[in-house]
Amino acid sequence: MSVEGKRLSRDLMAARVAAEFDDGWVVNLGVGMPTRCSDFVPEDRTVILHSENGVIGYGRNATVEEATPYVVNGGAQPVLLTPLASIVHHADAFAIIRRGLLDVAVLGAYEAAANGDFANWRISGRKGGGIGGAMDLAVGAKQVFLLLEHTTRDGRPRLLERCALPLTAAGVVTLVMTDLGLFEPAGDSFRLREIAPGFSVDDVQQLTGAPVVPASDLREVTV
Amino acid sequence: MQSKVVASFEEAVAGVEDGSSILVAGFGEPGSPHNLVAALYEQGATDLTLIANGAGMTRDDGVITTGNLVEEKRVRRVVLAFTASTHPSRRTPLEELNEAGKIEAQITPQGTLAERIRAGGAGIPAFFTPAGVGTEVAEGKEHREFGGRTYVLEEAIVADYALIRCWKADTFGNLVFRRSQRNFNPIMAMAADCTLVEAEEVVEVGELDPDLIHTPGIFVQRVVSIPEAGGMLNAPPLAMFSGRPRS
Repeated sequence: MSVEGKRLSRDLMAARVAAEFDDGWVVNLGVGMPTRCSDFVPEDRTVILHSENGVIGYGRNATVEEATPYVVNGGAQPVLLTPLASIVHHADAFAIIRRGLLDVAVLGAYEAAANGDFANWRISGRKGGGIGGAMDLAVGAKQVFLLLEHTTRDGRPRLLERCALPLTAAGVVTLVMTDLGLFEPAGDSFRLREIAPGFSVDDVQQLTGAPVVPASDLREVTV
Repeated sequence: MQSKVVASFEEAVAGVEDGSSILVAGFGEPGSPHNLVAALYEQGATDLTLIANGAGMTRDDGVITTGNLVEEKRVRRVVLAFTASTHPSRRTPLEELNEAGKIEAQITPQGTLAERIRAGGAGIPAFFTPAGVGTEVAEGKEHREFGGRTYVLEEAIVADYALIRCWKADTFGNLVFRRSQRNFNPIMAMAADCTLVEAEEVVEVGELDPDLIHTPGIFVQRVVSIPEAGGMLNAPPLAMFSGRPRS
């Protein structure tokens, strides 16, 4: 396969997802790539970042000089607080989630399915796993966005018709950002809204385990 | 009233019996009771049940973690939100023991874990949550519909001991946490029969503003003041950068 394009960087993926956040939204960023989004929230918007450990209203990642042992995000990385910050304990952090106050949870994933299912807690062939807050977030947030690489390290698709790994939650995903583009689960296919520069729809289809249907207004990923 | 302050971490954990169940607070570095965990490790209690966010990791910077207790097979059972690494390349002692059938590892969604502990501390035996419905963690549990939505019944957690880290304590055991140090600490302090606290600063009764106390002293049995020398007052911030540091 001849592919001219270069896959999107992690920072670009995070920035593109952050561009979806509306002014006033309460947003939870999951461990891994999603926590990167806190560095890319558009300056013209106030977004309240919530984390499982009870920090409400954190901001960007801290520099080594700025970091303290007291403030971390859901990935346990040092972050800064914004002026509107408040702190609750762990059970109240999840009360906020179950109560339905989160506009979106951005989560990492191993697999995303066309029917809106996703899997992000157990690797194939392993016993046990890491659920973290994902199952609570997936059923509590108004929307679930996924941020993941389009294929595994050995080139297999992560976007599938149905998940093969044990589910984190069923039918909840509304947006999927990968290093090849921006997708919406559409039942039996993925609707391709934006595509990484240099890739064709056919290129993306070849690397996807479900039908890819380009949107009528398909464009390149821009931030 | 007698002060709850004891002289050393060793004294604080002296009574922990084999077979005890222990809540261990902390989320990442903040609020992790490293000194009490290290003292428990030295104390030797075994056949333990640990309830925490995670207990898989051992560290190479000299900090003793619950992962060391697991590695030395002193833990019979864990209840955690993370029982294995989410990175394919990493494996923990817990995961290996779990695969070998040598430890009982119950995985539970983190919000369910927090609410089970909160319920335990609040005298509520069980509750319904939507988290995990339709997944492996809800299998075999009672389900019920409320308002057209399906929920799963989850049972409360109480334990013999809680290991707590706070910013300030008074000699009665009133506690104040700083920033995200709070995490599991207040709910775990309420859910244990015997709550042991390591405090960055211990003050006299009356010095903390009652309106600003997070955990009332009635939930606390023993307090240790973390010494400036020889105690792990705070991990250096650099150790917290598990991902990329921002430059």
